[in-house]
Amino acid sequence: MEGFISAAQAAWDALPYILGGLWWTAGLILGAMAVGLVFGVPLAVAHVYGGAFSRRFVAGYVWLFRGVPILVQLYLFYFGIMAYLSEIPALAFLPLSSGFFSAVVVLGLTSAAYQSQIFRGAIRSLPAGQLRAARALGMSDATAIRAVILPQALRLSIPAWSNEYSILLKDSALAFTIGVLEVMSRTRSVAATTHQPLPLSLLAGALFFFLTWAGIKVLKRLEAKVRIPGYAHQGTL
Amino acid sequence: MDDTVILRVENIVKTIGGQRILDDVSLSVKKGRLKVLIGPSGAGKSTLLSCINFLSPPDSGTISLDGRPVNGKSRKELLALRQQVGMIFQDFNLFDHLTAMENVRVALIKVKGLDKRAATNRAMEELARVGLADKPSLYPAQLSGGQKQRVSVARALAMDPKVLLLDEPTSALDPELIGEVLTVIRDLADEGMTMVMATHQISFSASLADEFLFMEKGRIVERGTPAVLLARDSGSRTQSFCAKLNELAGDAAVCEIAS
Repeated sequence: MEGFISAAQAAWDALPYILGGLWWTAGLILGAMAVGLVFGVPLAVAHVYGGAFSRRFVAGYVWLFRGVPILVQLYLFYFGIMAYLSEIPALAFLPLSSGFFSAVVVLGLTSAAYQSQIFRGAIRSLPAGQLRAARALGMSDATAIRAVILPQALRLSIPAWSNEYSILLKDSALAFTIGVLEVMSRTRSVAATTHQPLPLSLLAGALFFFLTWAGIKVLKRLEAKVRIPGYAHQGTL
Repeated sequence: MDDTVILRVENIVKTIGGQRILDDVSLSVKKGRLKVLIGPSGAGKSTLLSCINFLSPPDSGTISLDGRPVNGKSRKELLALRQQVGMIFQDFNLFDHLTAMENVRVALIKVKGLDKRAATNRAMEELARVGLADKPSLYPAQLSGGQKQRVSVARALAMDPKVLLLDEPTSALDPELIGEVLTVIRDLADEGMTMVMATHQISFSASLADEFLFMEKGRIVERGTPAVLLARDSGSRTQSFCAKLNELAGDAAVCEIAS
């Protein structure tokens, strides 16, 4: 009983500090989702509509970022590439020495590889007639992709995108290795000083679970909001 | 009647996967006339239509609009050609994420550069023209096949095309919905729209077309006025094809053969 009380006490005492990590964790996920979206869409378009060279480039990109463990990438970027880039004066406006920045870049570029494949599948699933009709009206391919293809493909991508969200959420915990004060790193440091790893890990797990639940809820709402009336396709989560 | 040739198609050859789909096809369409392409499936009717607006570029041959040959290698000329040549597809191809009105409006904004308001007004006019003034905010999935096809006609008309290409516009429709689309096409013909239409609706188009082109194996094997080709004693391919369609259709004769 005494053990339980002291464990609960340790978790309670650490709660405000660990809750503070939620902001960093949420920032990592949102930043990485955004970077992944911004790079993932053009990668997908290049993969589907590009020539042999761009297809190969995208395939190489996806292969690289899916193949190298995130932990290795974090070290590579934080201790290697970013340190090197920080010596270029023109890039001084970027927070290159920040662990958070490195983590967002790494998680974002990795997510771009995965997201590009989500979008690619969605684009491919659209009937070929959509592009034909757009072309027949005199739209350039670029206009057709912007006005006709992507608005439909992105809607179809939301269910798979929720999946990507929960994967990123878990991967974001790795950012503790380069000193980002997110939930996991705060949990570890408190656990080390209080010698109460079990309750603190449970607390961290609960927080991650909460973030997953909240994020999926938001995405589900988004999916319902942009759903095309009467359209049979409805995502399942 | 105006005798200006609007669209001239000369010696089109198209090979897909080693198979010759179009073999030296030529035709010309005068202003305000309707040419009808008839023939069995696989004859090359659809391919011919999509060669005209370069959705599937011909291997050789010339397409001229208003007397000017189109350079298919120039992106600019291609986009300009497609703006002036409307196309109606068998399976409608409405943009699924846009309402009926937005389907008609989108190219006015994105291609013609109209502002939103002007484009909306124009779109509403065109919807009214095809009898859908009361359905602007419905999505394709909420429309019947006949309504979808009428929206797609409105979408093409909004671009002020010089020629309209219709690729079996009623073939994907339930029988009871064919009539509303044919009515729209008849109105267009009466208003003097220049059209090339592939169809199996032979008796319908016989009253409107100035020429029937019978296609088989990538060639135009017969051409002439509907009255001549459909005459009972003409011995034409068109006539026997028509008789065969009637046989398949049973009581609902798709074409009447002039006696």
